[in-house]
Amino acid sequence: MNPLLEVTGITKQFGCKTVLKEISFKLYPGEILGIIGPNGAGKSTLLYILLGIITPDRGQIFYFGESLSERRSAILREVGFASHYVSLPYSLTVWENLKVFCHLYGVKDSNNRIRELLKLFRLETKEKALTRTLSSGEMMRLNLIRAFLAKPKVLLLDEPTAGLDPEYVKYVGKILKEEAKTQGLSIILTSHQLGELEKMINKILLLEEGNLLSYGKTEEVFKQFGVTNLEELYFKVFGHALT
Amino acid sequence: MLSLRRIYAILLRHLYLLRHSFSRWIDLLYWPTVDLLLWGFITLYLKGGDFLGSVNLASLFLGALILWNILIRAQQGLAVGFLEDIWARNLLHLFVSPLTVLEYISGLILYSLFKATLASAIMSLLSCLLFKFNFLSQGFFIFYLTFALIFFAWSIGLFTLALILYFGQEAEILAWALALLFLPFSAVFYPLSALPPLFQKIATFVPTSYIFEAFRNLLLQGVLLKNLLIKGYLLTLLYLLLSVLAFTLSFRIAKKEGKLIKIGE
Repeated sequence: MNPLLEVTGITKQFGCKTVLKEISFKLYPGEILGIIGPNGAGKSTLLYILLGIITPDRGQIFYFGESLSERRSAILREVGFASHYVSLPYSLTVWENLKVFCHLYGVKDSNNRIRELLKLFRLETKEKALTRTLSSGEMMRLNLIRAFLAKPKVLLLDEPTAGLDPEYVKYVGKILKEEAKTQGLSIILTSHQLGELEKMINKILLLEEGNLLSYGKTEEVFKQFGVTNLEELYFKVFGHALT
Repeated sequence: MLSLRRIYAILLRHLYLLRHSFSRWIDLLYWPTVDLLLWGFITLYLKGGDFLGSVNLASLFLGALILWNILIRAQQGLAVGFLEDIWARNLLHLFVSPLTVLEYISGLILYSLFKATLASAIMSLLSCLLFKFNFLSQGFFIFYLTFALIFFAWSIGLFTLALILYFGQEAEILAWALALLFLPFSAVFYPLSALPPLFQKIATFVPTSYIFEAFRNLLLQGVLLKNLLIKGYLLTLLYLLLSVLAFTLSFRIAKKEGKLIKIGE
């Protein structure tokens, strides 16, 4: 099976600080990769490099066997993105924002697709609401809808469950797992909610100060560090930062 | 390949914004109206005093004013449109989508055309109704001048974008100020010969000085001087090319330094 995403030797420096060093990994259909690391580890920078909005100093990114730097526009039609940290424009309604992104991604039958996703993420009553009136949890669900609009093959999510109520954390987790299982959607996500993250992911990439500490299937990484769950792993690997 | 659908998406995003914003409508309609009334009445006053004899003052002032407003609206449509996306922190969302930079700029250019057309239509209508000046009375020639001004407006707009991307939001004042820098040297409301010698020399590098000189000649002599028009267009083309280079370079640096993520924070 060919990987949907192949990353080789990504290195990035801002000024004299190296924020990512020789990062390589592969993502296959249906895999959910959790990028784990403390603040400043380079998680978001890695996501943005994978989205082509930050240029790496070295290394290559291939989606579906094609180079991101050469086929950016065609590739990004198949890649969804949502972040807790960036909301959609406040002055447009929920519907208008989604409509704009339907045009950007070339979504066919866009009205029905928007309605379907509004229903799935339980925002159907907010269709005409100005985005600025949404709560942070609703905003995150809107971001997720935007990410799902074009039925992506790869989804990149930066803290997708932050700001969500506990029931929605579970619900969104369930949707992501189902999409991965039934549609072969591959997901890369960062999250500080380790308990929920562990239920979703089947692969782990451990980052610390831009260095790749470990990468592999969840159980393999647990075995490597002699732990039984993600929280234990986190404190074993990064706990020294607290002391 | 350019996608018309994605270009339309950018236009649509800004039209949606306009739909919900009373203050943006005011900005679009209020200032051109006030400008036109002010200059129209000044013209009437000067005409009453016979300051320039038989010269058609209303045509000279109001025509120049409408042309200058077209330039300003086209430039601001581009530059302020970009700022709107910075303020909304929307650049990240836009540039992680399949949208290309050229499509984005094309969308903003369409929006700027919309703004310039609307403002000039209102001004033309008012000048016709209140001051009996028909902006389109010179026929098709007026469009040659208008297009040159619009192209120059886009080159200023693009250069502004390049500076904002490079220096960050500190440079956003340029979205309003940069075009005005060319105003004194453009000889919009007076002939080039009225400028002091040093300013006249500077004006030779400013395309709008040729365009407004050509406009005055068209009104007063009824002839469009091709050499002025060609000089204006060639200089405009040069500035447009330089602006595209500056923007491309600035965008590349922004991607390298991660500025597209941070801008607007």
